[in-house]
Amino acid sequence: MATQPRTTSGARRTFPSPHELPAPAGAEDWRSLYPYSVLFQPERRAADEAAFWFCDSQHWPTVLKPFETIGPELAAKCLGQFNTRHFLVPPASGIECRVHLGYVYLSPISVPPEEAAARVPEFLRRAGYYFEHWDALLDNWKRKVLATIRELEAIRFAELPDAQPYEEIERGVGLDAADALLGDYDRLLALCHRAWQYHFEFLNLGYAAYLDLFQACRQWFPDIPDQGISAMVQGVDMELFRPDDELKRLAELAVELGLEELLTSSAPGFSAPGSSAPGSVRAGEPPSGPGPGPGPGPGHDTLAAIARAPQGGVWLDAWEAARDPWFNFTSGNGFYSDDRYWRDDPELPLGYIRDYVRRLRRGERIGRRLAELVSERDRITGEYAALLDPGRRADFEAKLRLARQVYPYVENHNFYIEHWTMGVFWRKVRQLSALLQRAGFWPGENDMLYLTRDEARGALFDFAAAWAQGSAPIGPAYWPPEVERRRRIVEVLATRRPQPALNRPPEAVTEPFSIMLWGITSERVRSWLAGPTTGGDLTGMAASPGCADGPARIVHSPAELDLVRDGEILVAPVTAPSWAPVFGRIRATVTDIGGVMSHAAIVCREYSLPAVTGTGTASTRIRTGQRIRVDGTAGTVTLLDLD
Amino acid sequence: MNCMYTITFDSGADAATARVGGKCAGLLTMTAAGLPVPPGFVLTTDAFDALLDGGGLRAEIETVLAGIDVTDTADTEARAAEVRRLVTERPVPSSVAAAVTSAYQALGEDGDTPVAVRSSARTEDLSAMSFAGQYDTHLWVRGADAVLDAVRGCWASLWTARGISYRTARGVSERGLAMAVGVQRMVDARTAGVALTLNPSDGDRSKVVIDAAWGLGGPVVSGEMTPDHYVVDKVLLVPVRTTVARKHQELVAAPDRGTLVRRAVENARQEAACLASAEVTAVARLAKAVESHYGCPQDIEWAIDRAPAPLPDGSPRVLLLQTRPETVWSSRPRTSVEVVPGAGVSSIVETMLGLRGDPPRDLGPDTAHPTKGRRHGDPAAHDIGST
Repeated sequence: MATQPRTTSGARRTFPSPHELPAPAGAEDWRSLYPYSVLFQPERRAADEAAFWFCDSQHWPTVLKPFETIGPELAAKCLGQFNTRHFLVPPASGIECRVHLGYVYLSPISVPPEEAAARVPEFLRRAGYYFEHWDALLDNWKRKVLATIRELEAIRFAELPDAQPYEEIERGVGLDAADALLGDYDRLLALCHRAWQYHFEFLNLGYAAYLDLFQACRQWFPDIPDQGISAMVQGVDMELFRPDDELKRLAELAVELGLEELLTSSAPGFSAPGSSAPGSVRAGEPPSGPGPGPGPGPGHDTLAAIARAPQGGVWLDAWEAARDPWFNFTSGNGFYSDDRYWRDDPELPLGYIRDYVRRLRRGERIGRRLAELVSERDRITGEYAALLDPGRRADFEAKLRLARQVYPYVENHNFYIEHWTMGVFWRKVRQLSALLQRAGFWPGENDMLYLTRDEARGALFDFAAAWAQGSAPIGPAYWPPEVERRRRIVEVLATRRPQPALNRPPEAVTEPFSIMLWGITSERVRSWLAGPTTGGDLTGMAASPGCADGPARIVHSPAELDLVRDGEILVAPVTAPSWAPVFGRIRATVTDIGGVMSHAAIVCREYSLPAVTGTGTASTRIRTGQRIRVDGTAGTVTLLDLD
Repeated sequence: MNCMYTITFDSGADAATARVGGKCAGLLTMTAAGLPVPPGFVLTTDAFDALLDGGGLRAEIETVLAGIDVTDTADTEARAAEVRRLVTERPVPSSVAAAVTSAYQALGEDGDTPVAVRSSARTEDLSAMSFAGQYDTHLWVRGADAVLDAVRGCWASLWTARGISYRTARGVSERGLAMAVGVQRMVDARTAGVALTLNPSDGDRSKVVIDAAWGLGGPVVSGEMTPDHYVVDKVLLVPVRTTVARKHQELVAAPDRGTLVRRAVENARQEAACLASAEVTAVARLAKAVESHYGCPQDIEWAIDRAPAPLPDGSPRVLLLQTRPETVWSSRPRTSVEVVPGAGVSSIVETMLGLRGDPPRDLGPDTAHPTKGRRHGDPAAHDIGST
């Protein structure tokens, strides 16, 4: 870093090359963890260094385990296919992805002007068709996704039998249970691949339509804050907010039925001091109770107590109705194998409900003020429209109409793919991992995640072959020490934060998808190059207006969410929409990554909390307990206690 | 409280009457519109008439000015001074003095409220527009007697040599002259400045632009110092650009509050923003309210008092001192900006390619809007609509 060329103002002009970044001590062999096809290879150094790569810590804020590279690999592949092969988006092909020192870096692939021009007629025809038939195609999309989820749910990684059933002999099946097991594994991966294709089927077009409005607004109203544009487009009654709305309804119902004592006294609340030790959640693995009935853990105890209460059945029916599908929701973002899902761990939604019950008892209003949000959206839209002459106003309204039509998808797909589909996917992955763990392949139930998905298939074949031939598999000898080695490397990599970007940035960022999906703008890149400011201030995007100060709470992973106390300011590398329930407790939010369309921004606007996003370094520069002031109107964070 | 001689700003009286003069008509209108104007009252032209007509003063003035040759500047100066002496030395009719004293005491602080005493000439005297700032204003006046003295000063300021020359040249009779006087509670400004309800750098009407400095707003208005500069989105009321200037000096009321002094700003405040974020929003909200009331872009003067008195909703209280229509940008013809017209897939293509500067292309007869040449217009020209 010290050797980076600096301008006279002290700012760097380029980011480091991946080939020059040293691995931390103890993680020198980190490359052995990941598939060759996601690594920067010395043989391709010139090509790698000619491109600009930005770190996608918005989706992958922490170090990936080897199996988890499936996320960025499929996302990059599937985003690309729609630009390049389905719609022929003129200026943009796909996005290349690499994993470096455990973090994900992306680089957009641009299309030369002549080729872009050649793509135009086909894009008009193909994308034109989708926009024209948006609603019908989207209905079809929902059917396809639900079918995919059902297929995933049907996969069972069961123990292999001692012998094939006799009836298969009579039927002359001639195939064994290992055949089904290997087939199920391949199907699991294929279904995940399919889901990621659906993920991007509408997303790129949705963002492109939004971009058209965005650019027009920026020219009509120079310097219009991004939040002004998003406020005009944002839907208020969207599926992505349903899970949290369901919790609020359950909290209200509990109060109505007089069950609130059972909720608030039977288990420690999130707000109770000392209810949880740091890291205590992530250390263990999520309990995989089969349903809401009595089972292990405080959540199950609470549900059992409610079941015994006079009106408990009514409440449990409501709980059950909400659970499917709305508790297919994770406090993570769906990209990590250990993201915890509400469905699997009733203590998660119960904790939030408990919190809402307490707020109701304090006389607070917990519902989102939908009517107010709608009238505010209409006011903002009307005032901007009134500034345009009638000809321009017609263009504005047409662009806005399309942006509003596509926008719900841009948010809601997240529930269907990242939350619901990926929740089922990871559950199945953990089931398989546990099966092989019982066969002695690795010490921890979820240790298969330390294998790449191709290695996992190798291990599965090892297991299946040994079962078939009546021998001992090789894996139990080979994998435990190897998994331990990899676990240590991942731990060491996790002690380092990623570089925000690699190599020399372009003069100006003009690639539409980098701008819209990742918030990578020329200004952002410049601020990264300038490095942290020396004073007590950080700057970022003014993502949700308002001002607040209070003690900071640094949250690196969803497991630390239960440490958040009333009145704190949440500071995180990135947040997920499912963190919404803690938003009732905090005063403001600060993130390292994300633009004004990021989840933190959207949720904060929904909850009328100040937010500054995309600060780059807040989660490493601020300590828990440090007093900070967040100005979500100006986009600044002031550190009030400097040490 | 109103009588023949005084009208309080918040009385709801008809501002259109000539009895209050131009300046006070504005204060009455703003107050009636619910805008946060510091309280005060108008001493109507009836009081002026009572002085001039009560003891034959009007005839005396006519005698002094009879046969004046305004090209003789020395003689004009001498006669003007004589008239002013007559006006300021003549005792104010007791009914007028009683009305002023009573209205002044109603402003509070045990009859010791510091006030600004401002001339408010009648617009039909032609002089109001061209003579803006030429008549007396007395700041930080305290006590009923001092207010009365200041009122006489305002009245007398009708007869400057320049004023007499101006009227003579335009054939305006001295006989029908009249002047009202505004008495308004002083704002001990901690921060003050101006705000425009459009961006003067490009005419963008979606912005409010604020210039602000520590202390009273005079030096900002007159351009004697570089103020802090805030560009605020008018719809969202959030700042989009803030430029904090180094502010070496400020104009403040002297400790005894009788005079104004220019003093050095201590180091800690020199480079600090003189408006907090919530105050920026409050100033912009006020400017927007004024524009909305008058229906056209406005240029306002505002101040925030040193004694914090937040509004009932907790937001900062910003006082409106003055407003006038913005005339430069709002009268300029609109030029179009390079926005891809229409919506839908062809507009999306143009936007995506335009972003990276690819040459515009002919999308064929199917596309509703011609796009040629639109992308390379003058980037400083913004189509911000008509009023």
